[in-house]
Amino acid sequence: MSMAHKIAKKVSDMPPSGIRRFFDIVNEMEDVISLGVGEPDFDTPWHIREEAIYSLEQGKTIYTANAGLLALRQEICNYMQRRFNLTYDPTNQALVTVGGSEGIDISLRVLLDGGEEVLIPEPSFVAYMPCTVFAGGVPVPIETFAENNFKLTAKQLEEVITPKSKLLILPYPNNPTGAIMEKSELEEIAKIIIKHDLLVLSDEIYAELTYGTEHVSIASIEGMYERTIILSGFSKAYAMTGWRLGYALGPIELIAAMTKMHQYALMCAPTTSQYGAISAMKNGDYDVEEMRKSYDARRKLMINGFRKMGLSCFEPHGAFYVFPSIKETNMTSEQFCEELLNEEKVAVIPGNAFGRSGEGYIRCSYAYSIEELKEALTRIERFVSKKLK
Amino acid sequence: MKNRILELLEENSRYTIQDISIMTDISEEEVKEIIHELEESQIICGYKTLINWDKVEQELVTALIEVKVTPQRGEGFDKVAKRIYMFKEVKAVYLMSGGFDLTVIVEGNSMKEVAMFVGQRLATLDTVLSTGTHFVLKKYKDHGVIFEEARKDERIVVCP
Repeated sequence: MSMAHKIAKKVSDMPPSGIRRFFDIVNEMEDVISLGVGEPDFDTPWHIREEAIYSLEQGKTIYTANAGLLALRQEICNYMQRRFNLTYDPTNQALVTVGGSEGIDISLRVLLDGGEEVLIPEPSFVAYMPCTVFAGGVPVPIETFAENNFKLTAKQLEEVITPKSKLLILPYPNNPTGAIMEKSELEEIAKIIIKHDLLVLSDEIYAELTYGTEHVSIASIEGMYERTIILSGFSKAYAMTGWRLGYALGPIELIAAMTKMHQYALMCAPTTSQYGAISAMKNGDYDVEEMRKSYDARRKLMINGFRKMGLSCFEPHGAFYVFPSIKETNMTSEQFCEELLNEEKVAVIPGNAFGRSGEGYIRCSYAYSIEELKEALTRIERFVSKKLK
Repeated sequence: MKNRILELLEENSRYTIQDISIMTDISEEEVKEIIHELEESQIICGYKTLINWDKVEQELVTALIEVKVTPQRGEGFDKVAKRIYMFKEVKAVYLMSGGFDLTVIVEGNSMKEVAMFVGQRLATLDTVLSTGTHFVLKKYKDHGVIFEEARKDERIVVCP
């Protein structure tokens, strides 16, 4: 007897991620060069791993405070001050979460009663829409375009605001496009947010990975500190994806509410990971710098490679993805990706998996070795030159 | 930009001029010129391949030798260091602080060969007071590279 009918409608109605479907195809094949991975190719720096091992040796295998080790929250706040000039009180404005993902989930559940609209720039990370729906909200996509460097414009934002709008998710530096928002652009967004009394969930998980420019948090724009929850984590900057550790920073009342939900749902983030993360925050600036340099070299290689093929490729200033247009081939994103996989055994992700305006683009991660990237580019070039004929 | 090019070449000396030009955003001519300058000024001292000889069926022995010497008036350690580093068996020589003066890295085809070199060539120099020879049994890591089996990329092939 199937139990499918017992599943809540909002869950069963949710289509599986477009990426998931693609994953099943790729997984069946051998000798595939995959540029489909959304995680760093570095190992976690050894001093972080060593600190975690030491904590295990010391028997630190018990729950921590719900909000996370105070020492870690302190280090996170020091880091925010040092890097982004933002002041948070570790005792009541910081929550250590199970990855950045938990932050997305619980912040939406804490803020939504049901029926409120959540504004989501797209293309963007695949979890915002489902998490909004699961939390009872109504996702309202805002399509961003290559002509605007995939930035959210104040005009577009204002156009979609209704009396039901409650919050904006601000996903920059952006996965999958690599787009960033400059300070002056954030100031324009802030005006609209304040005018309509909205909140912002600023997903800054890629904040450390910007090239030729420094990340600016919308929380640092005047009038926005009190209406912004910053979501971030250790996965991307410190190559710690498997540790499942992130954090949320924001106004006291909101962090208290999130801590309440976190306490009942998860108790606390993994203790071992938290000890490792203290070392990441204290001693990790150099590692981040080295990784950033390495990504930057590969980023340039990829942009150059795609442009040489005759595809237009917007210059991403953040994250570790390039998002070239494949419109010149007259194929849909999915068609392009499936044929590329079958003919050349290279896996890239169709842009429409990240929202409708991602159609006509592909996401290529460059978290791979130079050799792999060059081989992938050679194969893609061979494929594209056939299709452009 | 010089430093960035040096870092890239140190990471992989087989990067082509074209690769480096793309990765640093400067023209190929400029890259060529900078590298030429770096070579001329002996900042780039050579291009070699890092080999794990343990995996090749050819016995190669490495020894680290602690050498105490008498520094010479007006010359300090430099002259005696030169007497030592000129031997082709000597792969590296470092002036040290602490309990001895020079670290000498010697390579040979067998322990006997290295021992003979130390006994006949090194220890017999007038300025050498004493030597202590330590043979390398296993190299775990060299020049920043860990000598272990290549690891497979275990990341999930496609993920958001």
